[in-house]
Amino acid sequence: MAKYFPLGQVMGFVFSLILTGLALLVHFTDMSMKTGMIVLLVTAFLQAGLQFAIFMHAGETKDKWSIYSNIVYGFAMVIITILGTLLILLWDM
Amino acid sequence: MEFFERFMIPHPSFLIYVSMVLIVLVSVALVAVITYFKLWGYLWREWITTVDHKKIGIMYLLMALLMLFRGGVDAIMLRYQLSMPENTFLDAQHYNEVFTTHGVVMILFMAMPFITFFFNYLVPLQIGARDVAFPRLNNLSFWLFFMGAMLFNLSFVVGGSPDAGWTSYFPLADNEFSTSVGTNYYMIAIQIAGIGTLMTGINFITTIMKMRAPGMTLFKMPMFTWSALIANLIIVFAFPVLTVALAMGTMDRLFDTKFFAIGNGGMDMLWANLFWVWGHPEVYILILPAFGIFSEVISTFARRNLYGYKSMVWSMIVISVFAFTVWTHHFFTMGQGAFTNSIFSITTMAIAVPTGVKIFNWLFTLYKGKIEFTTPMLYAVHFIPLFTLGGVTGVMLAMSAADYQYHNTMFLVAHFHNVIIPGVVYAMLAGFTFYWPKMFGFMLNEKIGKATVWVMSTGFLLAFMPMYITGLDGQARRMYTYSESTGFSTLNMVSFVGAGIMAVSFIMLVWNIWYSFKNSPRNIGSDPWDARGLEWATHTPIPAYNFAITPDVTDSTSEAFWDMKKKGTQIFKGEIKKIHMPNYSGVPFIMSCGFFLLGFSLIFSMWIPAIVGLIVILAGMAHRSFEKDHGYYIPEEDVKATEKQYEKRGAK
Repeated sequence: MAKYFPLGQVMGFVFSLILTGLALLVHFTDMSMKTGMIVLLVTAFLQAGLQFAIFMHAGETKDKWSIYSNIVYGFAMVIITILGTLLILLWDM
Repeated sequence: MEFFERFMIPHPSFLIYVSMVLIVLVSVALVAVITYFKLWGYLWREWITTVDHKKIGIMYLLMALLMLFRGGVDAIMLRYQLSMPENTFLDAQHYNEVFTTHGVVMILFMAMPFITFFFNYLVPLQIGARDVAFPRLNNLSFWLFFMGAMLFNLSFVVGGSPDAGWTSYFPLADNEFSTSVGTNYYMIAIQIAGIGTLMTGINFITTIMKMRAPGMTLFKMPMFTWSALIANLIIVFAFPVLTVALAMGTMDRLFDTKFFAIGNGGMDMLWANLFWVWGHPEVYILILPAFGIFSEVISTFARRNLYGYKSMVWSMIVISVFAFTVWTHHFFTMGQGAFTNSIFSITTMAIAVPTGVKIFNWLFTLYKGKIEFTTPMLYAVHFIPLFTLGGVTGVMLAMSAADYQYHNTMFLVAHFHNVIIPGVVYAMLAGFTFYWPKMFGFMLNEKIGKATVWVMSTGFLLAFMPMYITGLDGQARRMYTYSESTGFSTLNMVSFVGAGIMAVSFIMLVWNIWYSFKNSPRNIGSDPWDARGLEWATHTPIPAYNFAITPDVTDSTSEAFWDMKKKGTQIFKGEIKKIHMPNYSGVPFIMSCGFFLLGFSLIFSMWIPAIVGLIVILAGMAHRSFEKDHGYYIPEEDVKATEKQYEKRGAK
């Protein structure tokens, strides 16, 4: 029976609940703006990655290499665009 | 009457009235001819509803040639206006409208469909597939592009042309300074065509990743397919930025939001920033497939396999990353600090390296090759030095400190025409000549073809080299006239003559099609060029199912057809079986009519027809969701019968 038990999914569900709980702390405790944003950003991205890998089955097929590299590429491009834009229009204007 | 006043041209002229009459006459004539020959049913069944990648490709090609003509006429008008000092052929307003239209049409409605034609026509053949991954989406892509292009081309006779430049910078593009509906046309027509392009991107990435023939690993794909993969990847990541920027711009103009306004917390520079975040990758979307075509042409006619296949691929992968890191070089003078400009100067110069790698690969392919100077090869051979010249002036512009001198002068205009014409246009025409026999079963005349290349290059040099000089002397871009004392007149006249010679080369191209249609022999077989790629392994004309037996390239290299011819490698293993094909559908066309209605109504702020258009679109999407469409099978006997016919004609 053990091999039919979806251990990964259950653990994923537990982790996603924990991450949600952590994010909720920002609302219910008295954090500074900075700490709050850091907590939110970190938990949000961990949550997205978790959902992607476990519940959207990103790593389960043969083409997982192309799926992950696509995500990494997209992520890198977004970061570059955002940082570049901030640099141009705010930090170095 | 008041209702119709909004469709009037705010700034009419004799030429525009003539065009109106011509448009009406040509449309009436077209409808009359189609009705007389009873072609409506044929058009609907065979072309409008088609999901066949080959037919969709040919429709893209037709649009591209049509738009090349339109953009070309604009170019001639611009050059004529500048050929003499104080010329009054066009006034300032018309000049603005014409250069705006010229830019948008040439980039978005000529170059984009031209490369999409090659994606459509070649990629499934090169990877041994029967069609693209989402054939009906492909049809929708084409019709969205078509409606966007038509909407844009309507602007100069209904409501007024956009006149804020093809970059349409805010605040100039905002309601305060662009009062006619022209810029609405810009925002919405490009939006519709852009959505079509985005769909094409998704479609072709999926096709290439999922539908390659058995045995075709990524590093065994033909070079054009590689370039298509990378270009479509860039499309998928760059076009959403344009979509968002255009949506924000549309809202600024229609609903008075303040994203790009000067006051009220808006930021006009954000438009320039977003535009070029899309705009620079767009340059690589255009040039990479062009490089792919040149790679196919050069290796075929140097009679050698492509030198440095892997370095070609890696240089494209590097470009796909660097393409997103250089956009600021389009506005070095906007006011950001020297630190930022230095960063983007360096990234810009760095991107010249992978491009240089490709140039050297082509040179090494030519080295010790048995070069055969056919028309496509002649385009490629002219491309290498001319494009390198454009690249070098690009590196000059990349130096941000020096760019303060060149910025917005004719030097810049000369530079980007110098890369786009020998780079993209020559590639498209080379590929067009190269694949013409595969599409239509006869060759284009070589003599006229070669003459066309020489005339075009002569015209090109005469038209654009003088601009480098006048640009360095300070002739500003987009200025509609200049005075005698500036001393620009002689060189601008030379430039006009060059533009005229380029127009002659376009006429020669059209004449060549007509002449060859009349005179070329039809018994040329399926491999007239002694070519190398898998796309040549099928019959001419290509049957609807492309390959009777799915090719298996386990034992071949990236040049499967060459291996088959020279080493006797088997590609077609197994028996002919029934073939699964997608069904045709008219829904995408109806949906894109909805898009046209929506777009047109939004441009003139007519809300009720806009809602009707939106409902048509949503209804089409809902229909697709509930529809059961599993395609159909071509029975085994039919495939065998077709194949037998080809054998009888000796086509193989």
